[in-house]
Amino acid sequence: MAHVATAGHAVHDAAHHEEELTFIRKYVFSQDHKVIGIQYLITSLLFLFFGFSLMMLMRWQLAYPGQPIPFIGGLLGEANAPGGIMLPEFYNQLGAMHGTIMVFLGIVPLAVGAFGNYVVPLQIGAPDMAFPKLNMMSYWVYFVGGVTMLASFFLPGGAANSGWTSYAPLSVVATTGQTAWLFAMVFLITSSLLGSVNFIVTMVQLRAKGLTFTRLPFFVWAQLVTAFLLLLAFPPLEAAGVMQLMDRLAGTSFFLPSGLVVAGQALDVSGGGSPILWQHLFWFLAHPEVYVLILPAMGIVGEVIANNTRKPLWGYKSLVYASIFLGFMSFIVWAHHMFLTGMGTVISTFFQTTTMIISIPSVIILTAFFISLWGASIRFNTQMLFALAFLPMFGIGGLTGLPLGLAPTDTHLHDTYYVIGHFHYVVAPGTIFALFAGVYHWYPKVTGRRMSDTLGKVHFWGSLVCMNGIFMPMFIQGLAGVSRRLYDGGQQYAHAQGVLQWNEFMSVAAWSLAVFQLPFMINFFLSIWKGRKVENDNPWEATTLDWATPTPPPHGNFARVPEVYRGPYEYSVPGHPTDFFPQNEPEPAKG
Amino acid sequence: MFELLGLPLDASAHGPKLDQMTVVVHWLMLFLFVGWGSFFAYTLVRFRKGRNPKADYTGVKSHVSSYLEVGIALFEAVLLVGFAVPLWAERVNEFPADADAIVVRVVAEQFAWNVHYPGPDGIFGRTDIKLVSAENPLGLDREDGDAKDDIWTVNQLNLPVNKPVIIRLSSKDVIHSFGLPLFRVKQDVIPGEVIPLWFTPTMTTAQIIEASTKTVSISAADTSNTVLLAMVAQADYATTDGTAILARGDSMTPEAILFLVKAGIKEVKAVHSTPAEIACAQLCGLGHYRMRGFVTIQTEEEFKAWLAEEASYL
Repeated sequence: MAHVATAGHAVHDAAHHEEELTFIRKYVFSQDHKVIGIQYLITSLLFLFFGFSLMMLMRWQLAYPGQPIPFIGGLLGEANAPGGIMLPEFYNQLGAMHGTIMVFLGIVPLAVGAFGNYVVPLQIGAPDMAFPKLNMMSYWVYFVGGVTMLASFFLPGGAANSGWTSYAPLSVVATTGQTAWLFAMVFLITSSLLGSVNFIVTMVQLRAKGLTFTRLPFFVWAQLVTAFLLLLAFPPLEAAGVMQLMDRLAGTSFFLPSGLVVAGQALDVSGGGSPILWQHLFWFLAHPEVYVLILPAMGIVGEVIANNTRKPLWGYKSLVYASIFLGFMSFIVWAHHMFLTGMGTVISTFFQTTTMIISIPSVIILTAFFISLWGASIRFNTQMLFALAFLPMFGIGGLTGLPLGLAPTDTHLHDTYYVIGHFHYVVAPGTIFALFAGVYHWYPKVTGRRMSDTLGKVHFWGSLVCMNGIFMPMFIQGLAGVSRRLYDGGQQYAHAQGVLQWNEFMSVAAWSLAVFQLPFMINFFLSIWKGRKVENDNPWEATTLDWATPTPPPHGNFARVPEVYRGPYEYSVPGHPTDFFPQNEPEPAKG
Repeated sequence: MFELLGLPLDASAHGPKLDQMTVVVHWLMLFLFVGWGSFFAYTLVRFRKGRNPKADYTGVKSHVSSYLEVGIALFEAVLLVGFAVPLWAERVNEFPADADAIVVRVVAEQFAWNVHYPGPDGIFGRTDIKLVSAENPLGLDREDGDAKDDIWTVNQLNLPVNKPVIIRLSSKDVIHSFGLPLFRVKQDVIPGEVIPLWFTPTMTTAQIIEASTKTVSISAADTSNTVLLAMVAQADYATTDGTAILARGDSMTPEAILFLVKAGIKEVKAVHSTPAEIACAQLCGLGHYRMRGFVTIQTEEEFKAWLAEEASYL
């Protein structure tokens, strides 16, 4: 509470503190939430592209199994790709690291670390996060985790190769890369925990005067629920990670049963452990993690839709209640990832029921966004295109979750490409599209310049077509029964023969997707210097407090301590002279 | 819808029920997607800035959406109570008695399926991990009286048609997943546990081959077509002067394809050489992609003859 009391002073002190900071303190070990947000943004975008590159390598092997990789095949090393031909060991490393990097080093840091950090204090009218030093530490701990993860490629045997799920006993008997994976995960989890505590305190304690919970922008609500998920779901995985480390390094048998024979040799362990225990601990995190990926994305979509429909979000309260309910429910659906582990009727009925129940708040959120469009005056700028595309794409991702969430239909589809298609629709053209929308939306606030709308639209349409080109055929392959994580894309299997031709199609779509990220990269960097300057602090004519700051916001954010008078999305208010009525604008004098 | 979804051939007694449910769920998905999609498309056109320069503060006032949401919840409840729970209960609770079924052990390892039959005495012999070797992957103790008549194979599962089979799954090393796509069976194999599954095959391999046979068009470019090269011919083919090129059951080799094309034959009846297979569905290491086994469903007599033949090698 002491910090809260001084928060107001920071505003006044900001101006003369600015000059005293050295370059290192200002840009490297900064305690300013905006600099940290940008650090997260750049780092996570780089990881996102790196994780995507790993997948592009895998897609070569899937499209042309056993053929040498052109151009870069020779650079991958004899241990990974002799003669440029990828080995199955290396394929498994790429698979495990693609998933790990995309989820833990790309999307979560981008959605929470970058957008949460930069936008939340601005939207609640706070001068900074509640604990700036903790915030700085979160970033650097994340950074160490990321570097450890990358460095693991250079260990003997390469990086972790047991999937991003790291199922025991495979992960326990795996090469050294798995140890590095576990250490890196401990760093990443610690970072998330520090961050989530900071976010919760900030959102609860540092809201501007008048900014009640029912006046919070939906994005802030989404981040608040997300922070609770991170806080409560990650510790079990941290514990599980340490237990797996013990199994690997200290001879314990938490996840190893007795009587294992690996590669013809009886394994010299005490045994008595359970491989299923790992799955429970892993999915107890990893299912809420799905909502950590999706909730901030929904938050961004809510902001962008309200701003570009020029009307309030429809059903604000139901959106908030649905998000909170989603958060609670996400803790009791985890075992629907484990229907085929030998589950009886009672447990499977419980998890099928909770899974059906959790679909309802998602339906409510999606429906509220759709209905928000009715009566709107839609501006189709780049961020709105991405936010709009999120709706049907996330819709496909959600709908295809239905047959997977019911155990009998899951039987045939479990661990097939259908699953990969399903969750990629949720996180790729779903979450990542929302994150792109966020970049285009807040870029002018961060830099004082707009990104090019033309390049943005090339980026959007190209990405939309390519994303569907990659993921739609996965449903076809999955329904045919093709298993995931196959080094040759299923070439050996009779049941895969009829759908193998899609492998090349999907790969070409994936590489084309990379080409369509070029306009984004050019746009992102060039607009810093060449972008059209914003004419005022509120170029999108928005209503929330993030647009009430100077541009770009200085350390301490607000020129004057803002006060809030109304809800977050008062657009097109009847009788108001403009079509937006900012939260911090006092009511005009009556009479 | 079944054809549209492209589900593989279904050769088990319980399979059609699962498929029917898959079809029902996909109809619901399609209905919801088309419903939302049309609303979405309409709003984008109708409420674009050019057409509707001034937004309406209130927007939709009706509560139709709430009724729709309740409708979806009810439909999901029906799926749950009417299909999912009873079907699952049948899979995991209503096992046939051992006496009425064929009982087989399958022991998974990196990267093979060891299949263990109890032999005429119907009792599985003792196994011991200390006895595991390349020649004895199950670690079967042949000194044990019950083990003397036991039969084991690697990657080859023979079963009689129209008789329930119970498979007891275990693993020697890591988690695998025992998948039989044509029989709608998939079960994780967890080391340290013995997990049973059951199903009743309804087609023999001969019938499956018959039903899977396709007419495939061929051209000279197909000599490197891996899909075609994995097939066997399902009819006899000869040149116009009567020289035989391919007999029924022969593999489609690049040479044979060239000869067929030269002879002016544009399409052939062919089928994958081994359509019924065991697929590992859970990442189990570097050889996961090739952890493939074969399923042969035989008539009762053929199956008995096969068992007798295997027993004669003991």
